[in-house]
Amino acid sequence: MSTVGVVRFPGTNCEFDTVEAIAGLGGSAEILWHEDTDLSGVDAVVIAGGFAHGDYLRPGAIARFSPIMTSVADAAKSGMPVVGICNGFQVLTEAGLLPGALQKNRGLTFINEFQAIRVESTNSALTGAATEGQELDIPINHFEGNYTCDDATLASLRDNDQIVLTYVDNPNGSVGDIAGVCNDARNVVGLMPHPERASHALLGSEDGNVLLRGLLEAI
Amino acid sequence: MKYRAVIDVQLHPGIADPQGSTIERALPTLGFDSLSNVRAGKSIHLDIEADDEATARERLEQACETFLTNPVIEAASITLTEAS
Repeated sequence: MSTVGVVRFPGTNCEFDTVEAIAGLGGSAEILWHEDTDLSGVDAVVIAGGFAHGDYLRPGAIARFSPIMTSVADAAKSGMPVVGICNGFQVLTEAGLLPGALQKNRGLTFINEFQAIRVESTNSALTGAATEGQELDIPINHFEGNYTCDDATLASLRDNDQIVLTYVDNPNGSVGDIAGVCNDARNVVGLMPHPERASHALLGSEDGNVLLRGLLEAI
Repeated sequence: MKYRAVIDVQLHPGIADPQGSTIERALPTLGFDSLSNVRAGKSIHLDIEADDEATARERLEQACETFLTNPVIEAASITLTEAS
């Protein structure tokens, strides 16, 4: 069975939820410590949410220098699915594996609430099991989720269909209502919403499962 | 030589600054009028050993490019003084 590696930095706090959500879909997942460099046992990587290295300097700024990130960058280049959720998205932009950056929310509030998330593209390692235009009820939980990039980058994201998820009602000021983007090769995806927190009826929504199932199917 | 460096990190012009705008909106409510264009960045202070000021500056520019700033949204200006 293929296995998803879920990266744990000091300060990560969503890794076990992510493992649990993947297991709930019949998938196999294991935790990878940030000092590991061997990805030979996994077929996909999720960088889970939290506050890697305390989010000091900028979220993801120190995490991108953790030993595992060199291996993650190599794996991403070779086509392995790599997904960054929330803090994981911030790590992937800091590492240069995804375009743009995540800024402090408009209004300077930490936002923890369910959002309607629209699937804009099903052509990515995360969104392949969803349908275009589908609206998903998935929570966000962040202070720095305000996606920003220059106009040229935004235009190229649009031209290449790299905006995979948007907010129906923009909560944080993200340019283009962006909630998630993928890279050129479509195997690296970052999103601020937490699909693992919408993976069971007891959590209030199961809408995150269609994304996680998409990841399992992309392997 | 030892230098004291003050690195001023600011968002690029044109990148929205939620912190600056919040401060700007708050100022008039406290009676501070006629203040505008507020931008809030961060300041990093450190000491650096180098043969000369140019070398110190070059190394700090590299540090800013790779770590101390996110060049996608931020730029740094570096001020160096000889440390006693």
